[in-house]
Amino acid sequence: MLFAHGFGCDQNMWRYVAPRFADDYRIVLFDHVGAGRSDLTAYDRDRYSSLNGYAEDVLEICRALDLDDVIFVGHSVSAMIGVLAAERDPGRFASLVLVGPSPRYINADGYVGGFEVADIDDLLRALESNYLGWSAAMAPVIMGRPDRPELGEELTESFCRTDPEVASHFAQVTFTSDNRDDLSRVDVPTLVLQCSDDVIAPVSVGRFVTDQMPRATMVQLEATGHCPNLSAPDETTAAIEAFLNRIPAQT
Amino acid sequence: MTVGQGDALEGFIDALLDDNAGQLYERAPCGYLSTTPDGTIIKANQTFFALTGYRREELVGRLRFADLLSPGGQIYHETHYAPLLRMHGTAREIALDVVRADGERLPVLVNSVLERDEHGHPTVIRTAVFDATQRREYERELLRAKQRAEESEANATRLAHTLQQTLIPPTPPVIPHLDVAARYRPAGDGTEVGGDFYDVFQVDHGEWVVVIGDVCGKGVDAAVVTALARHTLRAAALHHSSPASALKELNDALLTNESERFCTVAILRLREGGDGWRATLALGGHPRPVHVSDGQAALVGTPGSLIGVLPEPELSDHELRLEIGESLLLYTDGVPEGRDNGSFYGIDRLLRIAAEAGSDADEMAGAVLDDVLAFQEGVARDDIAVVALRAPRLSGATAEPPPAG
Repeated sequence: MLFAHGFGCDQNMWRYVAPRFADDYRIVLFDHVGAGRSDLTAYDRDRYSSLNGYAEDVLEICRALDLDDVIFVGHSVSAMIGVLAAERDPGRFASLVLVGPSPRYINADGYVGGFEVADIDDLLRALESNYLGWSAAMAPVIMGRPDRPELGEELTESFCRTDPEVASHFAQVTFTSDNRDDLSRVDVPTLVLQCSDDVIAPVSVGRFVTDQMPRATMVQLEATGHCPNLSAPDETTAAIEAFLNRIPAQT
Repeated sequence: MTVGQGDALEGFIDALLDDNAGQLYERAPCGYLSTTPDGTIIKANQTFFALTGYRREELVGRLRFADLLSPGGQIYHETHYAPLLRMHGTAREIALDVVRADGERLPVLVNSVLERDEHGHPTVIRTAVFDATQRREYERELLRAKQRAEESEANATRLAHTLQQTLIPPTPPVIPHLDVAARYRPAGDGTEVGGDFYDVFQVDHGEWVVVIGDVCGKGVDAAVVTALARHTLRAAALHHSSPASALKELNDALLTNESERFCTVAILRLREGGDGWRATLALGGHPRPVHVSDGQAALVGTPGSLIGVLPEPELSDHELRLEIGESLLLYTDGVPEGRDNGSFYGIDRLLRIAAEAGSDADEMAGAVLDDVLAFQEGVARDDIAVVALRAPRLSGATAEPPPAG
């Protein structure tokens, strides 16, 4: 099982969920380049100017670790990153678990993503405001030091923080992406985990994703908010387990 | 602190009694809010209602804290704030915008703690909300100032590079029967204009001048002097056939210039004749060039005075020949003074590399630069400029000389 975190934090997002699967599956966790303890020097604005760069990274991880029959579990924007990866190399993936997916955040003709363009600018300002005190105080701790594992504890402390420029760019790329057309091209058994009251990925969006994907089923969680993996790990784990138990019958 | 007697004591007790728990909560100098772990508001104080303009019945049990935020703030809340709180139990000094009941935005700073029961299950989130209107304006100013500073820095770096390119010709001109190559490496990350320069130009039919120099200091001030030195020498070389006289003219120009800066210069005038070139070399405080003949390297020239310091500098012309197959290497002090933990690259190592370097000027210039950089583990402590000249063995066709300039 390959767990991918969303915009904002890092692989710690999975700390209440991933260990529950460790007995039955090989667990692979990673930080997207630019997040958590990734090597910030590997951040290339061109490569990560669309979600495709992140999808390529997922496939690179699969190749490097020689992963097959991958159960990809992606939260938030990584749900769509998983869809893009599966579109490129469908044979690699046994199934997809999409937690709070949204193929497009900005409203368009007849499509309700939940946000307007101005809202994304608003988010960028919120990011800027919250990074004001960041550079001097946090930079030495966070600047991607894979060679300094003893920084681990502090890095966990700061897991929702990253380089301001990277965060701003990732936010822009994430919230202006439109991958609606990719959904129908991914013919992998898929679980859409939908929260009940999620401003970032409303129920209607989860339903849209489910309808567009040939082999997707949606489970609506009682959990509210956008991070059921943190706020409702039991319910999230149970829903994924139930889905994985059903898969052999489907395929 | 001690409280005295009489009125002071009475006042102290009155204040103590008046400031009961209810007052402490309702009229605290910050908005105070309690929510369920998923954010539904269960309680808020008067200060919070006053700040936001909502009435108690509009909020309590109806809305979540995130519902009161601007759309961007809601995303930030879901992607940063809520996860942070859940993972660490506290979130501090988070900047958000609350949308007031009248639609106006109120910039706030927010601190939250997440309480858990004895089993570790989250029970309640307590949040303090501070009006940060003025602080946010100040921060925006800071942010704009930072952006302006970054733009200025980018402009300055661009300017430095542009300026540098006018002082350092990217490729020397093609000279018939003379193989010329140059290398330049600015100190450090190259964001500052260095003081090293070189120039190669024609003064007459079959006559060329090669200049290499080093203005003390860095930055725009040094660049101004570098530009002055370069065009003064170009002009002086046209009416003085003696390189020492050209240097004297530069010396006078620098002394009358307002700048306090001085420089070192090596100037070489080359005339084609016989088997190779006749050359006149003058040095103004500059490191002596290396002459390579039959695999033997030796320093040539007579060291003279720094240029731009003394009214009557000691400068002299030194005649030499550059026979077919021989080379001459001019360089700035960034070469011999390249440092590695206190030890210098030194002239001996330079002589050895120059003697061993291959059979053309480009190879020689490249070999010297590479070796000096390798000695300093790739980071030049000072600017490095190298110009290599070689009288090549006959190779057939040669190009017409390009126009001087």
